Amino acid sequence: MNAEPLDFQPGLARRRRAGRLFTLALTAAGLAGIGFLIVLLARVLWEGAPSLSRDFLANFPSVLNPPKAGVKSALWGTVWLMTMTVLVSVPIGVATAVYLEEHAPNNRLTRFIHLNIANLAGVPSIVYGILGLAVFVRWMHFDRSVAAGALTLSLLIMPVIIIASREALLAVPQSFRHAALALGATKWQTIRAHVLPAALPGIITGVILAVSRAIGEAAPLLMIGALTYVAFVPEGPFDAFTALPIQIFDWCDRPQPQFHHLAAAGILVLLSILLPMNAVAVALRAWHTRRKAWQNSGI
Amino acid sequence: MIKRYAVLAMVGAVMSAGASQTAAQRLSGNVKVDGSSTVAPITMAAAELFQSEQPRVRVTVGISGTGGGFKKFLDQRPDLRTDISDASRAIKGKEIERARNVGVEFIEIPIGIDGIAVMVHPSNDFCDHLTVRELKRIWQPGSAIASWNQVRAGFPELKIKLYGPDADSGTFDYFTKAVVGKERASRSDYTGSTSDNVLVQGVAGDRGSLGYFGYSYYEANKSSLKLIGVDNNNGNPIRPSIDVIRGGTYKPLSRPMFLYVNKESYNRPEVKAYLDFFLTNARQIVEHPTVNYVALSSDLYNLAKNRLNAGKAGSAMEAAKGKTRDLVEIFRDH
Repeated sequence: MNAEPLDFQPGLARRRRAGRLFTLALTAAGLAGIGFLIVLLARVLWEGAPSLSRDFLANFPSVLNPPKAGVKSALWGTVWLMTMTVLVSVPIGVATAVYLEEHAPNNRLTRFIHLNIANLAGVPSIVYGILGLAVFVRWMHFDRSVAAGALTLSLLIMPVIIIASREALLAVPQSFRHAALALGATKWQTIRAHVLPAALPGIITGVILAVSRAIGEAAPLLMIGALTYVAFVPEGPFDAFTALPIQIFDWCDRPQPQFHHLAAAGILVLLSILLPMNAVAVALRAWHTRRKAWQNSGI
Repeated sequence: MIKRYAVLAMVGAVMSAGASQTAAQRLSGNVKVDGSSTVAPITMAAAELFQSEQPRVRVTVGISGTGGGFKKFLDQRPDLRTDISDASRAIKGKEIERARNVGVEFIEIPIGIDGIAVMVHPSNDFCDHLTVRELKRIWQPGSAIASWNQVRAGFPELKIKLYGPDADSGTFDYFTKAVVGKERASRSDYTGSTSDNVLVQGVAGDRGSLGYFGYSYYEANKSSLKLIGVDNNNGNPIRPSIDVIRGGTYKPLSRPMFLYVNKESYNRPEVKAYLDFFLTNARQIVEHPTVNYVALSSDLYNLAKNRLNAGKAGSAMEAAKGKTRDLVEIFRDH
């Protein structure tokens, strides 16, 4: 009785070979990505590391004396931009997510809003640049300032923040809300004291990933007319500015190889901001998954 | 709290009073420059040197291309207008009309010369020069030339691969006008890029390549490109170098670069100081190794200074259009 299934092995060797081949292909695909990253990083390090120094961070850009050129204005421009972008996009983005997830009725209108936000997340960044130029630079009279840049980038990352926050809120079990409401908490108390704290790590992860996207953007900033040569640090939201991606872009475009080395060093500065940010996002996610006991206990 | 602010304000007032006493002619304010990416290094270098003279004047330079720069220079809204426009070609009739419509008076000054280099792959041993007529046959719209042997009898049958700036570039405008005869008339089946460094890679990596872009990009990549001479249909091919471009014989592919200055802005002391500083140090700035263009004669820089001082509005280049005259004559007579 048992003998028959055991005998059934038409082409077993061949099927196993195919399986091994498939595994191999998958491994190769995975390694290809890492390989490119390593080649890229090695090249940038090789070209840029010699130019990296304290002076590179503390000096303004220079055409006349490349060895003394630095990213001071671009670095501070990026810090200003990102701070303002977070201040604008996080409150609005999270509030939108809370509204959509906790308050809004499930009707045609909210489904339409959901669909639109998902679509907005896929709109090319240059389109946000055109919008920013029309609305913030011209209509709201912000000129080509940090404020105009930050608001443009806020629009760019808000859909991503909303989607990430919604996912995080969605992952909080209904039983949390029911328990709080049953004990007499108001809707606002439930959200503030139970739902939001439980969703917070997920929200922060989303915010960090969104900001890491914004920090590398050059196209929308060039579109709103961000400047290339700025030899001062912005002192307020309505000052002119430049940013790291624009500075890198400008240096790449010069004929002399000295400037290409500066561009590589600029990329290293940008990466040294980006990688820790991503690392924090990954760590938060890991910590959050471990902490979320409800996910494993089936409450 | 209020008290603390009052003290701060007082300290600030005393400090600024002290500063204005020690340097009476110390200026402040913003000077907004935008336009051609070719010209930008000149105005950036000038800003850099000027900063040690007037540290509180903030000169900013944007790169929007010559045409994009004029759009900002001639914005409908005065508060969004730039003070100075970098241009790698003279202002066009349409742009002059726009200036008239929005009520901007501008002063045009020449600031330097750039050569457009024509290059082939370094392994190319058959082509040392091309005539303008041959270049025209290659680049004109609808050109069917696909192989080097169609360019000149005796050239091998090797596929020709063309590289050039894309249509947003002032270099493209100038080359098409000078070679094809009509501005912006070019065949479109070539590899175009806004970045000259991409074109360098293209020409250097393709055995049958032919490309054109700014001379300074050739200088920085001499070992991976072969520069060829251009024969202005007179049997005398000229291979450019900084000295040759300065001598004025590299025709028709040497082009003047200009600044366009908003006349109203020039009344502001910081804009005037910046431009005066630039024109006084023009040779040093334009020919600095990392800027690397050809400076004009001191006669021309003096003409430019006089033009600014006299507030002479309008385009001399447009007035002299169609006549073959040198820059000194143009800016002296118009």
